[in-house]
Amino acid sequence: MAQLLCRNVALGYEGKAVVRDLNFEVNSGDYLCIVGENGSGKSTLMKALLHLKAPLSGEIYMGDGLEADGIGYLPQQTIVQRDFPASVQEIVLSGCLNRCGRRPFYGKKEKALAREHMERLGIAHLAKRCYRELSGGQQQRVLLARALCATRYMLLLDEPVAGLDPVAMQEMYDLLERLNHKEKITIIMVSHDIRAAVSYADHILHISEEPLFFGTKEEYIQSEIGKAYLSVTGGERHV
Amino acid sequence: MFEMLGIYFSYPFVRYAIIAGVLIALSSSLLGVSLVLKRFSFIGDGLSHVAFGAMAVSTVLDVSNDMAVVLPITVFSAVLLLRTGQNAKLKGDAVIAMISVGALAFGYLFLNVFSKSANLTGDVCSTLFGSTAILTLSKADVWLCVVMSLLVIVTFTVFYHRIFAVTFDETFAQATGINTNRYNLLIAVITASVIVLAMKLAGSLLISALIIFPALSAMRVLKSFRAVMIASAAISVFCSLAGLLVSILASTPVGATIVCMNIGVFFAAYIAGLLAERI
Repeated sequence: MAQLLCRNVALGYEGKAVVRDLNFEVNSGDYLCIVGENGSGKSTLMKALLHLKAPLSGEIYMGDGLEADGIGYLPQQTIVQRDFPASVQEIVLSGCLNRCGRRPFYGKKEKALAREHMERLGIAHLAKRCYRELSGGQQQRVLLARALCATRYMLLLDEPVAGLDPVAMQEMYDLLERLNHKEKITIIMVSHDIRAAVSYADHILHISEEPLFFGTKEEYIQSEIGKAYLSVTGGERHV
Repeated sequence: MFEMLGIYFSYPFVRYAIIAGVLIALSSSLLGVSLVLKRFSFIGDGLSHVAFGAMAVSTVLDVSNDMAVVLPITVFSAVLLLRTGQNAKLKGDAVIAMISVGALAFGYLFLNVFSKSANLTGDVCSTLFGSTAILTLSKADVWLCVVMSLLVIVTFTVFYHRIFAVTFDETFAQATGINTNRYNLLIAVITASVIVLAMKLAGSLLISALIIFPALSAMRVLKSFRAVMIASAAISVFCSLAGLLVSILASTPVGATIVCMNIGVFFAAYIAGLLAERI
């Protein structure tokens, strides 16, 4: 069964649809990129997948052991976080909260898990450092480690490279690719960066008011919409 | 000086004042960290004006236990204010400004028209600035302070990690299955209760200083949430204790003295923060 299945989903605010007729599925180990213009409903779709917002119509199914609060989410940074006094360790640990149930405090297991993910992402040496003093790329890694603590199956990333310098951006893409290939974590990413989308993802969902395209990357590059969009945003890169 | 303090401490009302002052300072500073980081600093100010309005009503109606009037009204406004922050048709800061200034005007008008008190200006002044109110605390008031402060401290300890998660990143917390609305409601109710308690200590115009200053000072120098929480509590307790002692010895107004202590510590922390960055 698919990990995530959207059938005839319409999303919007106060009864007005922003996107409709969404039909797509995500299988375990997929790397899906969601692209589209600003205001095309990408963030709304994200919220719906996280069950933070109910669809106006249609259904979102989850399977393969995935549960709504078991998705690792990497949101866009907020203004609040920029000067937040918190250590890296505190932030990563907060990803383990959904494992605590009714327990008020973290146990040994959660601490070990947080440690493991920090080591995996190469930020273990920053554990005691203050989040606001880190570089943009390091901050994203911290939030990624937190997201990994919350999931075993699926990462949902909202513009994960926005505001990063080219080197940090590349590192982030490599990291995600590694997680996807080696650890078989499903990745769903909202992105503006269409060139990176076609070079890293294996499926593309292009949405505007209605879904313009859903399929594999290869099909997307050959499609009318894909060609048009790629040529506007600078053509394809080594695929 | 110590002799003089010794004499003062032999009076029970002075001991009550000290106990209540320290507990109020402790709970307001814990709350402050979360409010400042969530960009809700002004909510404390707004609510304290609401509490003033409610106090005016209860004074005029001659209610024997004014808490019974002031607390529910303030809690209700707190819930309303923190709610509007989320789905804002009227923007959060505008609502706060409206409610706070409205309550102030309403309260003062009400007192002026209906009050039977001979010393109206004195009443208003002490509600606004707290002047001598803390030294007139009854045993029952002190017990109320003790119970409420313990509740606040226990709540913050038990929900510490969840409060951190909701403060740092509400969307993520929600996505991992935390009921963030419930925690926002909890914070709203605690804020209102702390403000109503703190009104006795600092008066309604000065309360928000007790809430925000310790947190801001701690944030200048410290780099983890836990450290900021602990330091903020320590700073607040120190300032209110020092402020109370100074105000007893120099017979200055209690609330204003404590706030000045807090401002002093803030500047010290600010400079320390700058120095730490240089090194």
